[in-house]
Amino acid sequence: MATATPSTPPPKRSALTSGPGLAGWIENGFRGGVTSCALLVAALLGALALMLAMGGWNAFRTFGPAFLVDGAWDPVAGHYGALAPLLGTVLSSVLALLIAVPLAFGTAFWLTTIAPRRLSKPIAMAVQLLAAVPSIIFGMWGFFMIVPFMARHVQPWLDIHLAHVPLLGALTGGAAFGLGLMTTALVLALMVAPFVTAVMCDVFNAVPPMMVESAYGLGATRWEVIRFIILPWCRNGLIGALVLGMGRALGETIAVTFVIGNVTAVGWSLFAPRSTAASLIALQFPESPAGSLGLSALLALGFILMALSCGSLVMARLLTKEAK
Amino acid sequence: MTASAPQSAPPPAGTEAALVRQELLTPSDRWQPGGRAAWRRFKNRLATFLATMAAVVLVLVLASILWTLFIKGLPGLSVAVFLRPMAPPGVVGGLGNAILGSVIQTALAMAIATPIGLGCGVYLAEYALPHRPFTKVARFAADLLMSVPSILAGLFVYQLCVVPFGHFSGWAGALALAVLAIPLVVRTTEDMLGLVPKAMMEAGAALGAPRWIVITRLCMRAAREGIATGLLLALARTGGETAPLLFTALGNQDWSLDPSRPMASLPLAIYQYAGAAYADWVGLAWTGALLVTLAVLGINIATRAFMRKS
Repeated sequence: MATATPSTPPPKRSALTSGPGLAGWIENGFRGGVTSCALLVAALLGALALMLAMGGWNAFRTFGPAFLVDGAWDPVAGHYGALAPLLGTVLSSVLALLIAVPLAFGTAFWLTTIAPRRLSKPIAMAVQLLAAVPSIIFGMWGFFMIVPFMARHVQPWLDIHLAHVPLLGALTGGAAFGLGLMTTALVLALMVAPFVTAVMCDVFNAVPPMMVESAYGLGATRWEVIRFIILPWCRNGLIGALVLGMGRALGETIAVTFVIGNVTAVGWSLFAPRSTAASLIALQFPESPAGSLGLSALLALGFILMALSCGSLVMARLLTKEAK
Repeated sequence: MTASAPQSAPPPAGTEAALVRQELLTPSDRWQPGGRAAWRRFKNRLATFLATMAAVVLVLVLASILWTLFIKGLPGLSVAVFLRPMAPPGVVGGLGNAILGSVIQTALAMAIATPIGLGCGVYLAEYALPHRPFTKVARFAADLLMSVPSILAGLFVYQLCVVPFGHFSGWAGALALAVLAIPLVVRTTEDMLGLVPKAMMEAGAALGAPRWIVITRLCMRAAREGIATGLLLALARTGGETAPLLFTALGNQDWSLDPSRPMASLPLAIYQYAGAAYADWVGLAWTGALLVTLAVLGINIATRAFMRKS
C-alpha cells in the first residue's frame, strides 16, 4: 500500500457495483420504487378483501352460516339468503364454460394449424377484436337479439319436444321469457370464448416447432398432433386460459343483468329467469342505503364472489403444480 | 409402391420403432376402407370441420354485433350527440357529457394504473427472487386481482372512498377503473419482460450499464410492443366498463368536468338508456354503444397497424 505512487488516481467506481454514489442511489431508488409498486398491488388485494369482509360482517353475523344455504332473498322482510344468486353465478359460469371452451379450442386449433395464412390473420384479428368489445355491448346485443330468439324459437321447440321427457323436461321447462340461465350462459360464452381463444393461440404457438414437425414426420394427422403433442405440452397454459374465462364469467355483471331476468329464486329449469351475485349487487345497490342490512348482505355476497374467484384460481394453481 | 415397405430392412420386432412402422407404414392398413388409417383420417376431418365451424361462429358473432350496432346506432348519430348533454325524455339530448366524462375518467384511471402496473411488473420480472414469500404474494395478488370481478372493484372503492367522503365522484370512478387496469398492466409487463433474451441484459451489464438503465433502456424497449399492447388492453377494458362505475362515479345528467363530483360516462349512460321505455333513449343507447365499440375497436386496430409498421 505504501509503495503505491501517490499520483495514481483512486479506482473509478464501477457502475456495476451498486454501492453509494449517484449511480448506486439511482439504482436503489429505482429498485425501491418498483418494490413499493409490488407492495401496493399486494396491499390493494388485501384491502379489497378486508373492505368486503368488513362491509358484509353485519350480514354474516345476523344470518350465520345459514346465509350460504338460505334460498330466500327478501328485501321487504329484511331476510337475506345467498343460495339463489350463488347458484345462478356458478351454474351460468359452468354452462358458459361448457359452451365456450370447445368453441375457443376449435377456433385456436383452426387458427394455429388448419387455416391458410391469408385467412388466419384477419380472422385472428377479428377474434381479438371480439374480445375487446365491452361487456355492455354484449348485454345489449344479447337482450335485443338472443333473448327474442330464445323466446320465439328455442324455448317453444324445447317445450314441445322435451316437456314429456322425465329429467330433461324439468331442466328445459318454464315460460318462454327468453331471459334466463341458458341465455346468460350463451352470452357469457360468446364473451369469454375470444379471450380463451387468444390465450390458447399464444400457448399453441409457443410449442417448439421441432416437436410438431417430428410428429408430422411420423405421419400423425393434424388432430393427432394437437391431441397428443400440443395438448399435453400446453396443459398449464390451457388451465390458465380456463381460469381467465372462469373469472370473467363468474364476475360479469352488466351483460348478465341485461339477459338473466333478475329473479331471486331456486329451481331446476335452466331457462327460467334467475340472478347472479354480481347482477344482484348491481341491481339492488341503489335501493340499499349505506349502513343497512341489505347493503351488508350485498357486500357479503361480494365477499363470497371474491372467495369463489380466488378459490378457482388456487385450484388452477394446484393443478398446474401437479402437472409440472 | 406397396412393395417398397418390406424392401428396407425392418427394425427388430417388438421395439417401439417396429410398432410405429406397423402403425404407419403397413400398406394394407393404409388403403383398406374400414382400416385404422381411415378411422384416423375421419377423426382428423371431423376435428377440422368442427374447428372451422367454431371459428366461423365467433366471426359471425362479431359481424352480428357490428351489424346490429350500425343498423340501430347509425341513424341517431349526429353532431348534437357529441355537443348536447343528456336530457329528459322528450327533449332533444345528446351524450356529450357522458363522452367527456368517459374520456376524463379513463385517462385518470390509466394515469394511476400505468406507473403502478409497470413498476410491479418490472419488480416481478427483474428483481423478485423466485422463492421469497413476498414474491409469491405479489405475483398471486396480481393474478387474483386480474380475476376479481369488476363490480367488486366498484364495491371496494365505494367502501374506501365514497362512504368516508360522503359523496360519489369521478375520482372514485377512476380509482375503481385503475384497480381493474393495474393487474393487466402488471401481467403483460412481466410476461413481456420475461421474453427479452437474457443475452441482451448480459450484454448491457457487460458494457457497464447500471441495472435500471439495462431494464428501462434495453429490456423495456425490446418489450415495448408487448407492454404497449397490455396498456391498450387495459385502456380498452376500462373504457367499456360499466359495473365499477355504478357505485363510484354514479353518473350525471349534466356537464361534469370536476372529478370530485359525480361524473357521467358513456357506458353508464348506455346502461341507463338501454333499459328505458322511451324510444329516443333506446336510440341514443344504441348510438352510444356504437361510439364505445368504435372507440375501443379503433384503438385496437390503430395499435396493431402502428406496431406492424415499427
